[in-house]
This record gives sequence, structure tokens and C-alpha cells, in this order.
Amino acid sequence: MEEKVKNITADDQQEYVINMGPQHPSTHGVLRLVVSLKGEIVQNLIPHIGYIHRGIEKMCESITYPQIIHLTDRMDYLSAHINNEAVCLNVEKALEIDIPDRIKVIRTIMAELTRIQSHQLWWCSFGMDLGGLTCFFYGLRDREKILDIFEETCGGRMIVSYNCPGGLMYDIHPNFQKRVKEFINYFRKTLPEYDQLLTGNVIFKERTKGVGRLSLEDAIAYGATGPTGRASGFSCDVRKQEPYSAYDRVSFNEVLFNDGDTYHRYLARIAEMRESMDIIEQLIDNIPEGPYAVKMKPVIKLPEGEYYQRVETARGELGVYIISDGNKNPLRVKFRSPNFVNLSILNEISKGWKIADLVAIGGSLDLVIPDIDR
Amino acid sequence: MPFDIYDFTSLTKWIDTSLHSAMSPFWTTVTEMVIIGVLILLFYAIVGLFLVYAERKVCAFMQNRLGPNRVGPFGIFQTIADLIKLLFVELVPIKNADKFLFNLAPFIVIIASFMAIAAIPFALGLQAIDLNIGVLYIIAVSSMGVVGILIAGWSSNNKYSLIGAMRSGAQIVSYELSVGLALITVVILAGSLQLSTIVESQRDGWFLFKGHIPAFIAFILYMIASTAETNRGPFDLAEAESELTAGYHTEYSGIKFAFFFLAEYINMFIVASIAATVFLGGWMPFHVGGWEGFNHVMDFIPPFFWYLGKTAFVIFMMMWFKWTFPRLRIDQLLTLEWKYLLPINLVNVLFMSFIVLMGWHF
Repeated sequence: MEEKVKNITADDQQEYVINMGPQHPSTHGVLRLVVSLKGEIVQNLIPHIGYIHRGIEKMCESITYPQIIHLTDRMDYLSAHINNEAVCLNVEKALEIDIPDRIKVIRTIMAELTRIQSHQLWWCSFGMDLGGLTCFFYGLRDREKILDIFEETCGGRMIVSYNCPGGLMYDIHPNFQKRVKEFINYFRKTLPEYDQLLTGNVIFKERTKGVGRLSLEDAIAYGATGPTGRASGFSCDVRKQEPYSAYDRVSFNEVLFNDGDTYHRYLARIAEMRESMDIIEQLIDNIPEGPYAVKMKPVIKLPEGEYYQRVETARGELGVYIISDGNKNPLRVKFRSPNFVNLSILNEISKGWKIADLVAIGGSLDLVIPDIDR
Repeated sequence: MPFDIYDFTSLTKWIDTSLHSAMSPFWTTVTEMVIIGVLILLFYAIVGLFLVYAERKVCAFMQNRLGPNRVGPFGIFQTIADLIKLLFVELVPIKNADKFLFNLAPFIVIIASFMAIAAIPFALGLQAIDLNIGVLYIIAVSSMGVVGILIAGWSSNNKYSLIGAMRSGAQIVSYELSVGLALITVVILAGSLQLSTIVESQRDGWFLFKGHIPAFIAFILYMIASTAETNRGPFDLAEAESELTAGYHTEYSGIKFAFFFLAEYINMFIVASIAATVFLGGWMPFHVGGWEGFNHVMDFIPPFFWYLGKTAFVIFMMMWFKWTFPRLRIDQLLTLEWKYLLPINLVNVLFMSFIVLMGWHF
């Protein structure tokens, strides 16, 4: 012990090293950040990951394709539906199945609802990171309504597992359209409350404007996607660039800002909630008739080859890469998770900011740790 | 004045004389001290328990929830249940902590808040000690708490605690200036540092209304600075939950933690009661000029309830701040004090002196 003390004092760097996590209120999960401080200013930051590593990619190699879907729920649990969709789209692409419009439209509506509830939860926790504890309850109040819709249709509230290769597990609930419309009406009224409580607040603006700026070059170099990348002006919305499901038949704006600071990452997500509501409104009345699932073979075997499908989750671009050797199990599965990439920019943008800013920046990246570790 | 029927002086005089007739002057003083000590201790505990309950109910009200509602009707016994739990919780020993200072810190914090409560006039004649420098005494005593916080952070052998303690030191020392100057503004108007005189001279109108604009500015400045001085949100940097887990009291458990917790609420109570005493007329009833009947009814509400009501109003304001605003950053906090509040305060003191000199106040 004494030797250790001597070593620290002998070090002319004189950095104050603290461990943020794995149990820390604002790392949103079991992420451990080793932060070197000078006073309160962050000098360097090393993320230590793997505390919730479950080997999902390896597990995928020993199970069948329909089973993989249930594992993907557990990666980014806030975009569970979108993760499911990515695997399904990849399998369907490999098998060259034509998916009926009804499935596409329902998947899109569900994906956008998932995006809204994810951003709502992010808003809750971001407010709490900045010390505004009331935000948490405002956000959860509204999120509950979406989860109720999920519960009615999918059975699950958060881990929905609603997709299966070739369609959906079951048809939508008869109340689905009515309740989604009710929710949109309700949320159009309550979203301005979010702005009143946080966006317009002087302290909030002081805390976030100009903090943790991510330049466009860095965003592209690191591969930051989702609202994080788009706040820096990096046009990376997969829904626009490579439309899947029903995104080619709806009109919506890609939310783009140029500043790339914490404040604009915040605004990007708030604006995305509005865009998502627009998308749902365009589709909810026009769900075509038809089957909710295509008849598939009992054992799904992908032809030999490599398949890649990317989708836009609430946090950015999720890529599913499957190598198949013609068996009922994949030979190798790799997920390109948006959170892992977004975490890598944390050191770059939080250097030179205070520890309170580090919390704000970390919150604005909207990290979901199980998706990083997988 | 009709509310003089609620004068406590006759009661205290009677106790004093009857004690004097029974024993020697020395033992009389000792007995009186014990009585007052026990009363203050009781009051302290009741206020602490009530404020914790009130905070939980108020924040639940602001956050669309019910708050405590299981233990007793409307959950009123929740805080008592919590207190009992805290009493029985294990006191976790901390490795490599400075044991003496670690155990001393909660007592310093709680003694500082005890001492301040002694000088507050609760009602006519109900004041433990009426110092002729009451305002100065309260400012001096309430700033002792920061020593306890610094010791707690230093002795815990925890890096988060140390950061929290350092933040708290910088914050409280800075904001004390603003609290002091805001009170000085009113002292200039009142012409006295004695709290009973300050209350007495608000008989014909509260200083908030009597002192024109500068008194009003001083009140706002006092509210901001005192919220910061008590380490409450949006200035709760010392224990910033999302940054430092719990700041300076991270390592404390059980009853020692309860001491910090209680001291925080009592400090809020003290700060609010000073605001009520100095700006809102203390235990003086609310009067409107010309409305004789109304004023007469107001006079029959006992002064103690007037005092509690005003204090509760100020406390509610402080809770409202906490549950609405996000937290500031340490440099923004110090900027706010040194670049905005302090200059405004200095100008305000000058302004007030000018008004008093010209006799323009009401």
C-alpha cells in the first residue's frame, strides 16, 4: 500500500483518477469509465466495457434464425422491435421472399413507436443527469402509453419479439389503430411540455450549448450515427439512404444540425420524435389488408453466402452481418451496434470539459450498455 | 394591538420568577437552559420529520405521483418509519478513513444548525436568546456547517466525497457574501441587528413592501443565495447525485447519514425563517391599510402560526426551485455569484442607504 502511495506522488502528472461505474447513477448501466481529472477537468477517459457481456454473437451460431430474434431483443432493449426487424429483413433478403405491404406498414409503425418511446426514456434520463429530476416522471408518464399499446398487440411491453422471419408473430390488436391515433393526439399536446420544462430553461441551455462539440469530420471518422451523428451534420439516416420496410412510401425530414454540441444532440432527438409522429400519422390509416405473415418452411436454412442488412435504430445504424454455410444455424453473426461506435467518441469530445459536463455529454450520446457489450 | 394577547412574555416571566423562588440563581439558569434545550431538540426533530414528509409530498405533487401513502393516513408516518430504519442500519466502517474526523463531521453540521435556531423569534416573546447582534450571529453560526462538510469529505477516503466537499466549500463561502449583503440591506432599513427589533419595526408594514425596490431585489437575491447556501437544487453540486453519487456524505450510513440529512432540512428551515423574519414581517399578521375588519380578523390568528405560514411559503418556493430546475455547473455557479449577484448586491446596498438617507421609504 505504501509503495503505491509513493508511486502516485512520484508521478509528475498528478492526475486524480476516479472510477465512474460500473455502479454509478449516470452511466445508465454497467459501464465503467476511468476518468483522469485535473481539478474537475477531464484529462483522459478510458471506457471499460464487458460487464454485461453475454456472448450474444457467439450464441447466435448455435441457434436457429427464428431463435436469434429473441436474443436481439436483449441487445438494445429500448429499440427491441427495430433489432428484430433487422434480423428478419436480413433473413428475408437472403431467402428472397416478397413481403406483403401489410407487414411492411405494421413494422414501420411499430418501429417508429419504438423510436418515440426510446427517445422519451432518453429524455427522462438526460434530464436527470442534469439534475432536473421532474423530467423523469414526465417522460415516463408518456412512455407508459406506448408500452400499453405494445402490450396489447405484442404481449410484451419492452422486449416485444413481435417479428419473425417472413412477417409478424400475430396480427395487430383490433384497438391498435384507435389507440395509436389517441396517443399521437395526446403526445402532440404533451411534447411542448418537454420544451417548457427543459429546452427553454436558461440553466439547461448554459449547461449544454457548446459543450462536447463533435465535428463533422470526427463524426464521419468515428462512424457516429443516429441523432448523435446527425446533430453534427452527418447525413446518415438509413431510412432515407436505403429505405427498408415502408419508409420509401412516407415523406419525412432527416433531422440535421451543424453544431454537434450536446444541445443540438438534444434537439435532434426531440425533433425526431415529431418526425416519427408524422410517419405514423401517414401510415396508421392506410394499413393494407392481407396476411400478417408469409408461410415459411418449418426449418429456415439460408443459402450459402454473406448477407448484410442495416436499419436505423433509435441510436443509430444497426448492421446485421450473417455468414451462412447453408445450415439451419448461421456460421457467424456480427452486429454493428451504434452504441459501441458512439461510445468511442466520448473520450474525444469530453476532454477539457468538467466532470459535470462529462455526465451531460454521456447522457446526450444516449448509450445503452447491453448493446455495447452484447 | 389585539395580537398582544398572544404574548409569551408573561408565561416565560412567570416560569422565571417561580424558578427563582424555588432555587438559587445559578440553578435557575441551569434549569432554564435544560428546558430550552429540550424544547429546541423536540422542535428540531418535529420540524425535520415534517419537512422530509413535506418535501416528498411536494415533489410528488410536481411529478404527477402520489408520494408516501402507505404508512398511516396519507403516509404521515412514513418519515418516522424511515427514521427508525435509519437508527437500526449498520454503521459501515470505512477503511483508511480518519475515524475521529469522520465521526466528528456530522456533529459539527448538526450543531451549527442547532445554534442558529436559538436566535430565531418564533412569536412575540418566544425566542431562546434575543441577541442585540442577532442577524450577525445567525450569519456567523450558519456558516460553521461548511466546516463539517469539508471534514466529512476529507476524512471519508473517497474521491467523490472530496470533490463534493471542495465544491461545497467554494460554493458556501461565496454565497455567504450574498446572503450577508442581502440581509445588510434590510438591516440598514431597520437600523438594528436585533431580530426582535427588526420584527417589531415591521408592525406597520413588512420590509418587503416598506423598502421600495431595493428590499424587493434583496429578497430575490436572498432567496437565490440562501438556496445555494443550503446546498439545495438547482445548486446541489456538493451532493450532485448524477455526478458524484452522493457527494460528501457518500460514505456515511445509518444515523450519521441521518444527521446530514436532517441538518440539510433544518438549514432550509432556518434560512426560510430568516427570510420570513427579515422580509415578511416575522410573526406579524398580514394587514391591508384601511381594511379595519380584515386586519382585526388577521390579528386573532396567533403569531406563531403567522410565522410558520410564512416560513412554509418560503420553503415551498425553495422546493419548487429544486424540483423544476436542472443543476448548474460549478464554474457557472461561481460566475453567477461573483459576476452577477455580488455586484448587484453591492449596488443594492448603496441604493438602500440612499433611500434611507433621503427618507423615501414608507
